[in-house]
Amino acid sequence: MTLLTCDKLSVSYNRITALKNVSFHVDDGDYLCIVGENGSGKSTLIKAILQLIGTESGTITLNGIRQTEIGYLPQQTVVQKDFPASVFEVVLSGCLNRKGRNPFYGKAEKALALEKLAELGIATLKNKSYRDLSGGQQQRVLLARALCATRKLIVLDEPVTGLDPLVTTELYATIKELNGKQGIAVIMVSHDIQGVLESANKILHVNVEPVFFGSPSDYLNTSVGQRMTGGTTHA
Amino acid sequence: MLDFFQEFFSYTFIVRAVIVGSLVALCAALLGVSLVLKRFSMIGDGLSHVGFGTITLGIGLNALGLNLAPLSVSLPLVIIAAFLLLRISENSKIKGDAAIALISGSSLAIGVIIAAKTTGMNTDVCNYMFGSILAMKKDDVYLSIALSVVVLILFILFYHKIFAVTFDEAFARATGTKAGIYNMLVALLTAVTIVIGMRMMGALLISSLIIFPALTAMRVCKSFRPVTILSAILSVTCFFTGMLLSFLYSTPAGASVVVVNLIVFCLFSLLGKIRKSGATI
Repeated sequence: MTLLTCDKLSVSYNRITALKNVSFHVDDGDYLCIVGENGSGKSTLIKAILQLIGTESGTITLNGIRQTEIGYLPQQTVVQKDFPASVFEVVLSGCLNRKGRNPFYGKAEKALALEKLAELGIATLKNKSYRDLSGGQQQRVLLARALCATRKLIVLDEPVTGLDPLVTTELYATIKELNGKQGIAVIMVSHDIQGVLESANKILHVNVEPVFFGSPSDYLNTSVGQRMTGGTTHA
Repeated sequence: MLDFFQEFFSYTFIVRAVIVGSLVALCAALLGVSLVLKRFSMIGDGLSHVGFGTITLGIGLNALGLNLAPLSVSLPLVIIAAFLLLRISENSKIKGDAAIALISGSSLAIGVIIAAKTTGMNTDVCNYMFGSILAMKKDDVYLSIALSVVVLILFILFYHKIFAVTFDEAFARATGTKAGIYNMLVALLTAVTIVIGMRMMGALLISSLIIFPALTAMRVCKSFRPVTILSAILSVTCFFTGMLLSFLYSTPAGASVVVVNLIVFCLFSLLGKIRKSGATI
């Protein structure tokens, strides 16, 4: 089933076109990787999907999922670096879209937050302060929060920025597992194309205008794909 | 000791000041946690300067024969300034801190000119700058009680949303929280808190009520809820201690409260450092 369809989407910032005529779709259980150079509109596309910014033309249609039920893992902000919050408080805030008009979290939300903590192997960090964690642990906490907010789709904006290679590999493995075992569809923006090629089943390359949309193996056969992956040929 | 407190509370103006001040301190501390964490500390400072400018405008209009309470001139203008400052901090070509400094300085300058041209730099103006314990009237007591009840209720009801918006606005908005409304709510409540507290604490000193307790609590607490609760307790305690000291040593009330806050901040910083080094051993 198609979860998200993006049709001829255009977005502009201060009258400068950031995205033009981008079309793609994400099905249940898909793993879509959005690649492109700096300033190519990758993050803009993500923000448009999440309705954080307005679009100029084109449509984004969600199917079987509400707008507020997309789990989002944004890039870290300066504010968060020394924010006094416990891991549990942060993860619980992912349940905000579930509690409706009730101003407080109920048992179900707390149980869900604990479950996601355990799933990502960070249950022991529950009462730790977010600011005392390592970069990799912080990303896991934010991933747990994103999982609390969604049942079907997570959107990750450069999740491995600033992480060392080992932690990066572990985080990729975790995301792949979520995608494979739980069938959660993934949309990920990444610079690190090598790291995601084997996990993703769809690649979208944008450079303001769409350059490529299709499977990773087809992508490797295009000239742009070979350039992005450092010229390796895929036999 | 008992005699001392009996004497302390025998003055109506002190009782009023303690009631209004404690409540303002409580509201300021709660709002301060979010403002400090969002790097909006300067908004409090900017608003208090705008508050000063608008109050002198109010006094000036009075001197010209317009019968308006300075507060009723000041409050709406400060609220407008709060929204403006928030806008500027969020999206503008002039960076937030510079914009706030611009607005602060301009309001102060305009305020001083208005004051000099109408009433002269009299005690009224001086009181608004550095605060006066005598400034609290009966109406202020009611107003501050009403305000703090509103702030407390809103803060508790929207506590989780305020946390989410403070920690990560992008995520909060993506999952359906109207972050703009909560930012505006915090700015609005801050504006009202500042206008009410300004006359007692002083326009130049009120912003420390917003910033100090949150910063102090963050020295020792590691999660959001403890920070919020401790900040509220510290704020009220420091305010009361400051008032007692001001009474004992005949020091200006607003300044005494700020100095007590400063001392407590230093103590907590030290405590935080000791704890940290202890943890690594």
